[in-house]
Amino acid sequence: MNNMEETQTFQYTPKDFKSDQEVRWCPGCGDHAVLNAVQKALSELGIPKEKFAFISGIGCSSRFPYYMDTYGFHGIHGRASAIASGVKIANPELSVWQITGDGDALAIGGNHFIHAIRRNIDLNIILFNNQIYGLTKGQYSPTSEKGLVTKTSPFGTIEEPFSVGELVIGAKGKFFARTIDANVTLSTQIYIEAAQHKGTSVIEVLQNCIIFNDGIHDVVAGREVRDDRTIILKHGEPMIFGKDRNKGLVLDGLKLKVVTLGENGISEKNLLVHDAHESNPGIQYMLANMKYPEYPVALGVIRSVDGHTYDADVEEQIKSVQKDAKIKCMDDLMVSGSTWKVE
Amino acid sequence: MGKNSKVIKREEVVIRFSGDSGDGMQLTGTLFSDTAAIFGNDLSTFPDYPAEIRAPQGTVGGVSGFQVHLGHSEINTPGDFADVLVAMNPAAIKANAKGIRQGGTIIFDKDNFTDKNIEKAGYNHDPLAEEKLEHYNVIAAPISSMVKEALKNFGLDPKSVVRTKNMFALGMVYWLFDRKLKYTEQYFDKKFAERPEIAEANKVALRSGYYYAETIEALNPVIKIEPAQIAHGTYRNICGNAATAWGFLAAAEKAGLKIFIGSYPITPATGILEEMAARKDLGVKSFQAEDEIAGICTALGASFAGNLAVTSTSGPGLALKSEAIGLAVMAELPIVVVNVQRGGPSTGLPTKTEQADLMQALYGRSGECPVVVIAASTPSDCFQFAFEAARIALEHMTPVLLLTDSYLANSSEPWKIPEMNKLPKINPPYADKKEIPFLPYKRDCNTLARSWAIPGTPGLEHRIGGLEKTVKGTVSYIPENHEQMVKIRAEKVEKIADEIPDLIVYGEDSGDLLLTGWGGSRGYLITAAQELQAEGYKVSLVNFNYINPLPKNVREVFSRFKKIVVAELNMGQFADYLRIKHYGFDFKQINKVQGLPFTIKEIKEKCIKILEGE
Repeated sequence: MNNMEETQTFQYTPKDFKSDQEVRWCPGCGDHAVLNAVQKALSELGIPKEKFAFISGIGCSSRFPYYMDTYGFHGIHGRASAIASGVKIANPELSVWQITGDGDALAIGGNHFIHAIRRNIDLNIILFNNQIYGLTKGQYSPTSEKGLVTKTSPFGTIEEPFSVGELVIGAKGKFFARTIDANVTLSTQIYIEAAQHKGTSVIEVLQNCIIFNDGIHDVVAGREVRDDRTIILKHGEPMIFGKDRNKGLVLDGLKLKVVTLGENGISEKNLLVHDAHESNPGIQYMLANMKYPEYPVALGVIRSVDGHTYDADVEEQIKSVQKDAKIKCMDDLMVSGSTWKVE
Repeated sequence: MGKNSKVIKREEVVIRFSGDSGDGMQLTGTLFSDTAAIFGNDLSTFPDYPAEIRAPQGTVGGVSGFQVHLGHSEINTPGDFADVLVAMNPAAIKANAKGIRQGGTIIFDKDNFTDKNIEKAGYNHDPLAEEKLEHYNVIAAPISSMVKEALKNFGLDPKSVVRTKNMFALGMVYWLFDRKLKYTEQYFDKKFAERPEIAEANKVALRSGYYYAETIEALNPVIKIEPAQIAHGTYRNICGNAATAWGFLAAAEKAGLKIFIGSYPITPATGILEEMAARKDLGVKSFQAEDEIAGICTALGASFAGNLAVTSTSGPGLALKSEAIGLAVMAELPIVVVNVQRGGPSTGLPTKTEQADLMQALYGRSGECPVVVIAASTPSDCFQFAFEAARIALEHMTPVLLLTDSYLANSSEPWKIPEMNKLPKINPPYADKKEIPFLPYKRDCNTLARSWAIPGTPGLEHRIGGLEKTVKGTVSYIPENHEQMVKIRAEKVEKIADEIPDLIVYGEDSGDLLLTGWGGSRGYLITAAQELQAEGYKVSLVNFNYINPLPKNVREVFSRFKKIVVAELNMGQFADYLRIKHYGFDFKQINKVQGLPFTIKEIKEKCIKILEGE
């Protein structure tokens, strides 16, 4: 290979990924911050712009592709995982991003979502979780906390919500990360890592809907409290959190436990060290499911395990069959097997 | 082999193999058809099997049949009535009693006509007498015990021995029609190359049946059907589903595109997905989706990414794909949706044939949502129309719905293999790489097709989607823009009429009655029309393949006939469609919804009634 080509880089700024369309999300919506972080991440990936495809379903977040100056396809409700799968399998050279929400991915599109993950197609799925239906103006979603009062649950929901991470790991997911919309620095890092991961990457964004569910994540994500109520996991680093960096996580029997450094003889070396690459999802599953107030909510890349991807295996299988195939074109195929001549 | 001298020559003959769904009747029929085709007969086949893989043994519901019609002249249908019925059990008599030609031959396995099986089939003692068939040419062959005897030294388990009884029956039929065993023997050698004892057992059963038939007197005389006069070339047998898959593959090759099929298994369309999945050697990307919706949505994604995209389904699956077809109309992406129609509504009659999805194909979507609808009419012309569906989709940037049906999908006929260099090249309207910025909804002024900019092409980045757009691709709620776009999308489809062939009239250009059909009933209608013409009636036939848009000469053809009758396997959907599109004619109807193709007899009788003013 030509060295020049190998090292060719593409100099972009986030602005290069802004389309000429006016962004129409509500002022103060968390989506704006996600858009900025994605544009920033893309500009740092070194991938030529024409190789990006953004695919979405229906919902507020699904307008996202219109605001990106890349190839984009705004699909139908719930089907973005399927459309994105087709794009990636048809053209594995593309960096394919799916933009979806808690209703789009987990209610109407739940089936496509889990099967894309199971197949490990190399997609980057950003799931905007605001625990509410925004575009239809305020009905509960599959991630709304039990009891939430909305227009379709005037006496409170009586449904158990899905936890995104639990579902992803249950569907044999190999990459799961969580971030907060307003934390552009953390988000950008995660998007870059997700893009570089081969296989389905799911990033749950705790996103604020300023109109219909304002402040739903504030209890953990609020500026004042987030250091104490969230933990940013980094592969290979001990699990420390808190404004004073004095809290940590240990394994207590088969459960996680929050401890304070310096109390009861606990020091940094007693803490769990995050291993995102461990294929056994046991600890990662517990981390993904941590809820305030018992635990801090885990942010960062919780699970990132290499494995075969569907799209690469498709190419591989075709190549291996073609290597020894007698049939190279339609003329070969049509005269193969039992034929006869009429003179 | 010493042949009896008594030989009669026949122009055509219909043979039906019938037994339990586990008796191997489909294979028996297929092997017989292959031998007949290689001999040079024209033929048409019709497999008819239950939806259950193993329905209760010995019951009428579990009967699986395979009918072959072969002849010295052109054969267009699998035939109305069987000249020879091979019945492996009493239930097969029950299922076919009305389908045997007066005085025909019935070969049955008398070992299987036990009291229990007779009762299970719903008879008292003697099925043949109770059906008043005892005076037919009845051959009671002890098939089960003969194969047990013939294979007693093979050391096979009893199940494997019994499994060869269909080959014994096939051997008898080969003798009856003076056919060579060689092709079937070769099939076993190849199929069971790894298990030569099974290949040998089947060959012994086949030969035993052949010799048995030779030995007994009852089968005289031998029936001989000379090869048919057909155009020279290389031929093969092909069923509708394989021909459909191959048509798509040929289109991909002529367009220079990779091909993607996203589908969910559904009877009777699954064969298309299976055939495509087997073609990794031709680079096919086949995706067995998690459901029907994902089938079409992955295909749409692949289309957006620049592949020839296909999804295959049957009626209920088409309903699930409706919303995504709407998206394809809006995004103006090329995609072919093939619907192998079966009896409906709902699960209906999954293995039986019907033409009742026409209205769903034409209108079953939200909004003003026109798509191209075309229909294949014979098992082998599924190739031509799959190719044509793909060509129209790619050159006009539109979804195309291809209708076939269960009968076409599973039936087979000899097919003259086309040469790829004789097929037209397909030219999708790719976007000009220099035309920056790319306007996704800018159109070719002749076809009104938009240009196709493939992701990965520098400078042509653009967004499409289900929301209404302007030429530039900007989301727009402007009232006039929406109305204009609705009209343009409709006109784009209408304009395809400029390049589709005129309607062909089979028979005289004018007359007393124009028999009108569409899609898969062509074979029956053409035979009925030809027989009526031979009997002196002024009857002609038109059979539509292009349904939306319709050919341009429809009105002109219709006006040359005194009466028009539309025959279709539904309650009158095409007749209603013609009433909308060609107001002013009196469309009479012949309809049938029994999950079965027409018979020639019933079409002729109804045409005569209509001619005589009912």
